[in-house]
Amino acid sequence: MQMPVANAEIIARKAEIVARLRSVLPIDAVIDDPVATKVYECDALSAYRCPPLAVVLPASTIQTAAVLKACHEMGVPVVPRGSGTSLAGGAMPTADSVVLGVARLDQVLETDYENRFIRVQSGRTNLSVTGAVETNGFFYAPDPSSQLACAIAGNIAMNSGGAHCLKYGVTTNNLLGVTMVTMAGEIIELGGAYLGSAGYDLLGLICGSEGQLGVVTEATLRILAKPEGARPVLIGFDSNEVAGACVSDIIRAGVLPVAIEFMDRPVIRAVENFVNAGYPDVKALLIIEVEGSETEIDEQLGKIVKIAKRHNPVELRESGSEAESANIWKGRKAAFGAMGQINDYMCLDGTIPVSQLPVVLRRITELSDEYGLDVGNVFHAGDGNMHPLILYDANKSGDLEKCEAMGAEILKLCVEVGGCLTGEHGVGIEKRDLMYEQFNRDDLEIQMMVKDVFDPKWLLNSAKVFPLTASEARRG
Amino acid sequence: MKPLSEQELSEIVVNAKTPLNIVGGGTWQARNNAEQLYTSGLSGVSLYEPEALTLVAKAGTPLVEIEDLLAKNGQCLPFEPNNLAALQGVKAIPTIGGVVATNASGPRRISAGACRDSLIGVRFVDGNGVVIKNGGRVMKNVTGYDLVKLMSGSFGTLGVLTEVSFKLLPAAQASATVLVFEDEKTCAATMAAALGSPFDVSGAAHIDGITAVRVAGLAGSVEYRAAALASLLDGKIGKFNWQALRDVQAFADQKGDVWRFSVKPSEGPELAAGLRRLGASKIMFDWAGGLLWVLAPTGLDLRKAEYQGHAMLIRGHALPVFQPQPAPVAALEKALRAKFDPKNILNADRMT
Ligand SMILES: Cc1cc2nc3c(=O)[nH]c(=O)nc-3n(C[C@H](O)[C@H](O)[C@H](O)COP(=O)(O)OP(=O)(O)OC[C@H]3O[C@@H](n4cnc5c(N)ncnc54)[C@H](O)[C@@H]3O)c2cc1C
Repeated sequence: MQMPVANAEIIARKAEIVARLRSVLPIDAVIDDPVATKVYECDALSAYRCPPLAVVLPASTIQTAAVLKACHEMGVPVVPRGSGTSLAGGAMPTADSVVLGVARLDQVLETDYENRFIRVQSGRTNLSVTGAVETNGFFYAPDPSSQLACAIAGNIAMNSGGAHCLKYGVTTNNLLGVTMVTMAGEIIELGGAYLGSAGYDLLGLICGSEGQLGVVTEATLRILAKPEGARPVLIGFDSNEVAGACVSDIIRAGVLPVAIEFMDRPVIRAVENFVNAGYPDVKALLIIEVEGSETEIDEQLGKIVKIAKRHNPVELRESGSEAESANIWKGRKAAFGAMGQINDYMCLDGTIPVSQLPVVLRRITELSDEYGLDVGNVFHAGDGNMHPLILYDANKSGDLEKCEAMGAEILKLCVEVGGCLTGEHGVGIEKRDLMYEQFNRDDLEIQMMVKDVFDPKWLLNSAKVFPLTASEARRG
Repeated sequence: MKPLSEQELSEIVVNAKTPLNIVGGGTWQARNNAEQLYTSGLSGVSLYEPEALTLVAKAGTPLVEIEDLLAKNGQCLPFEPNNLAALQGVKAIPTIGGVVATNASGPRRISAGACRDSLIGVRFVDGNGVVIKNGGRVMKNVTGYDLVKLMSGSFGTLGVLTEVSFKLLPAAQASATVLVFEDEKTCAATMAAALGSPFDVSGAAHIDGITAVRVAGLAGSVEYRAAALASLLDGKIGKFNWQALRDVQAFADQKGDVWRFSVKPSEGPELAAGLRRLGASKIMFDWAGGLLWVLAPTGLDLRKAEYQGHAMLIRGHALPVFQPQPAPVAALEKALRAKFDPKNILNADRMT
């Protein structure tokens, strides 16, 4: 993975830059010691690392504005950071950049059950947002698997999804407003505790812009009343095709479960070895969850089971208790960890039209044979968001490159069948140079023109999202 | 002018030296006399995959054509788009492009989101005549910036939409409405109680002393939830014309201006009182109190009321349609518009 050459002139000015940062922030909010900044050298795409020039940890919107204004005036690049769980290298620094971490912005500012929103500072973790409202019977719907660690800031920047987004949508559908600071240090408010906007939907534009348009310091989030209950059913099939057809039939029948998760044999076997969830040894496994009261759950599961039975499942297990539900989910939740036990892995995130599922799974198997790398598939089947996990050995020379080449082929395939490069993890540095597979020059040019408006000097997280060759002239 | 292809449209925009008004169905009449650019030549459903819950259509496709096709397959557009032709007093047949350009969203917005939440892809011709695509036809997509959201509700000022894609929902097999007879002052609290319950409310409105709360879905579930809500709210199951509310039919044959306010739901009743003091004659609440449809004497500036949110003049000529934005946001919007439409020729009278 190529990164732009760091600006030596900026690196040479380190002492002066750090002194200026210290002049606008509390003493402990600026880190420049190389041992301490090493912690910030990468995110969850840990194959790529680079310590930043310095790290700043502002504790308020005002401080954030002050530090951005200073960097803007000094012409110093800034990389915003939430919790550093990005799988796309979105929070990875360059050597000439200041990392702006929002970890100290972790307060709940307002909860309003009558109007169903919560206002938080952006460094607050995803799960702790739900934690703040659940005793009142509410929850925050987007639930990425990383929810214990990841911050709302990162969720907004990446427009993150979760297992339950089939029903509740992703981050952008649950975001009502933000307070954001532009690279020049100007504080702007977008949206709020009411629906829609008077002008352009800038809130929708900010969400998913990967920290390139501004630094989000506060967010107003929609909260929902918790359903009365939820129950999964586990269905095993002896082919991926049949499992795929079953998903299609369920959706056509007018039932909309909250989650439809798919696992293939390599993943099923890995999780069995890892956590012993008691999964049947089948080719493909679906976990389908529905919500509501007991009667409502029975009604929906009744329909789903009836459809599934038409496809001759090898195994069909309806949960009869909390414990059984937990067991059904146990393996799915441990899937990434289980694959990680076997070897290093790269997690892809392409989305495809669900109708293309069988074709794509077949082609992935072929590619796995061609490259000699094992692949497991575990993903959100209802919305076509695939997560092929390619296993490789980081200590074996050439293996990572081989894995990346194979990953690129799978992502190109996703685009070819009508899908996209990334469904929820973002482009970051990882998929940056594949962007021409999905977009032509004009499509990318207009996106870069949007960045021109928000960050004319291209100082904010500029080495991401756009192919380096495309953004070169602007990055200067 | 009526281009029959994206290419032809692009040439028109490239060569245009004077402003163009983009006309879909013609529900929203322009305030100037610029040349009309009709999208009706770009019509038809390009792709419909019921099992993937996705639909792609050319921008000039009549909304009713899409709704009929979906209904035949037991599916629907999640956001319950409104048809404001009668309210505007025009014989227009709304197009899907017009729906997107105005982000038209009905009562179900409180549960299923707005048009922008279901919109997953766009193609458009910008003010330079360049054909652009963004998003696509899959439900989850974070590849690059989300210009899909930006285009939705931009009233044709950033580009001429040529094709739009949606994620769909299964149509509800049944629905029921719980009615509570009460004063407008307490309606927001009733609707908040409904939405604070686990009963998955898909509409909450108040008109003339009646608060209506809707549930929809599978038959057994609807029966259960309607009963639960009736008991929770001390109401009874009854009839309510959601479509009439959606299309603001009650104001269609009434004289005066029509406004739409979007505010924090709990502040709806107080704002209503304020608007009445200013001279508003009729007010209907949707979106659990967060949306006010207001009928007022022609030319009366209701933006003088105190509120946090935004107000749009939906029908009327004397006052600005769009609410002015705070200076820093206005500056960003102006700069964006100048990038997308440097000649300032696309719907030049809108969003100003
Ligand atoms: C085990 C694991 C499971 C995961 N599961 C999921 C999943 O189910 N669904 C999913 O969608 N993702 C998932 N992810 C990916 C990741 O957790 C999400 O992308 C998450 O939203 C990142 O949040 P973060 O706070 O860690 O952000 P970071 O990694 O710190 O940053 C992510 C991006 O946000 C930008 N950013 C950070 N803060 C700000 C700010 N204040 N203003 C502007 N931009 C900012 C950064 O510059 C960067 O581009 C998973 C990751 C891991 C490691």
